[in-house]
Amino acid sequence: MKVQGRVFKYGDNVDTDVIIPARYLNTSDPQELAKHCMEDIDPEFAGKVRKGDIIVADKNFGCGSSREHAPIAIKASGVSCVIASTFARIFYRNAINIGLPILECEEAVKGIDAGDEVEIDFSTGTITNKTKNETYKAQPFPEFMQKIIASDGLIKYIQQKF
Amino acid sequence: MGMTMTQKILAAHAGLDSVKAGQLIEANLDLVLGNDITTPVAVKEFRKIGVDKVFDKSKVAIVPDHFTPNKDIKAAEQCKFIREFAYEKGIENYFEVGEMGIEHALIPEKGLVVAGDVVIGADSHTCTYGALGAFSTGIGSTDMAAGMATGKAWFKVPAALKFVLKGKMSKWVSGKDVILHIIGMIGVDGALYKSMEFAGDGIASLTMDDRFTIANMAIEAGAKNGIFPVDEKTIEYMKEHSTREYKIYEADEDAEYEKVYEIDLSKIRPTVAFPHLPENTRTIDEVGDIKIDQVVIGSCTNGRMEDLRVAAKILRGRKVAKGVRCIVFPGTQNIYLQALKEGLVEDIVKAGAVFSTPTCGPCLGGHMGILAKGERAVSTTNRNFVGRMGHPESEVYLASPAVAAASAITGKITNPEDLE
Repeated sequence: MKVQGRVFKYGDNVDTDVIIPARYLNTSDPQELAKHCMEDIDPEFAGKVRKGDIIVADKNFGCGSSREHAPIAIKASGVSCVIASTFARIFYRNAINIGLPILECEEAVKGIDAGDEVEIDFSTGTITNKTKNETYKAQPFPEFMQKIIASDGLIKYIQQKF
Repeated sequence: MGMTMTQKILAAHAGLDSVKAGQLIEANLDLVLGNDITTPVAVKEFRKIGVDKVFDKSKVAIVPDHFTPNKDIKAAEQCKFIREFAYEKGIENYFEVGEMGIEHALIPEKGLVVAGDVVIGADSHTCTYGALGAFSTGIGSTDMAAGMATGKAWFKVPAALKFVLKGKMSKWVSGKDVILHIIGMIGVDGALYKSMEFAGDGIASLTMDDRFTIANMAIEAGAKNGIFPVDEKTIEYMKEHSTREYKIYEADEDAEYEKVYEIDLSKIRPTVAFPHLPENTRTIDEVGDIKIDQVVIGSCTNGRMEDLRVAAKILRGRKVAKGVRCIVFPGTQNIYLQALKEGLVEDIVKAGAVFSTPTCGPCLGGHMGILAKGERAVSTTNRNFVGRMGHPESEVYLASPAVAAASAITGKITNPEDLE
């Protein structure tokens, strides 16, 4: 499976409060949440993002709250993948559980700039920067996560057990 | 190779003799927790699974505490949705406004967690219960749904950092200063994916409230969990609050730690985390002149009896500075009542502060104390991210209840020693 899109680039410690501020958590409707995605760090994001676009950020992406609304808002915005040097652990779990692809790749984070056109091949973990003509290699998902992803998220994975 | 305390608890709950860092396991759960923000998403996912019942009605807890008492119509609808689910499934530990408290103050008080348990909660500060010698960690709504259905969760066994605490804290220093000091030292991702295991003879001098505060903020260093060994104080606490049987696990002598930090409690100063990360810490001596508009004392981090006692002690007979709004909110109804009995509420109100019902409200910019553009708050809560307490251009300074109360009196960030 391949995705391609333009990059929105952010720095270290992008927390769940800026991904989706708590003042909007009185709903869990994905489209409503998407309207306010990244609002407190990048007010223009929701207006500019197009289906397939990619978020690239540095260390500890998604730190803070356990709100699943954060990956839900990103996914509903049309973002096809988040690449970061590292992810906060609850965000990492939540993203996998709801089927938002995320990749840890420091090399890609260093090489990719905002606005670059990037293609990602999930089956090989290859990230291609079409703007700069560079490729980077991400860590493939560990086996148990591949199973959850192959089942299209944790809930469908569990459904098979009942 | 021996196991850490966390690893031993996880091994026992996975039915294994031993586990090691990095191993993937499926563990049985003693409690699955959610609040009014995370549970609605979990209920929707739970219904998709297609099971009729939760795995154990006594092992699910739902605490509507974030936007309650309901702040607006949408929040009320969310609470109604989870209330109906709780009744339909016969969930025994659903706590309505009136008996509700801030979940991480309430759950230990109700005796729902004891030493040796494995707990997941759809709230990042679920790590608080590590104070009782339990493995306890925050997860999201989908994991909560799966946990409610199966009574199990998968974990990657964490590696560990060891914090050896020595000595005793000086006057006006509390658990909050200890954990802010540690986060300042290792950073907001300093314990990413790992356990923070506390050890050392300095622990004996820490009260249970100090330990809850310290474990509560393990997530602010990126940790999977924070955990304290069980001692006489823990046992006394559990006997007072719970009828459940506890199990004491101790780290092996040859347990593996990625790093060991020694912390002399006697050297820790009152500590403040500057915007916009909990790692931006300075000692009170390095703070400078920071004028403030609001003080918030309470939350799952610092809304317990000792927190209110120290705040009331400082506010007693004094007045909140003109132009400063001071909001105090207890963790639970029992704490509220005890504060009434001890006369603390009177001290607080006479000083010109407000005393609220238990709620997470102001901590996450939900309600009951939102900041306007350019305003500054000193808060005993746990996060000072951009926009956390209101406008994206407002600022939150994290501190102990003692520093927060002293700051309310002077209108700027203040060392409680300076009021003596």
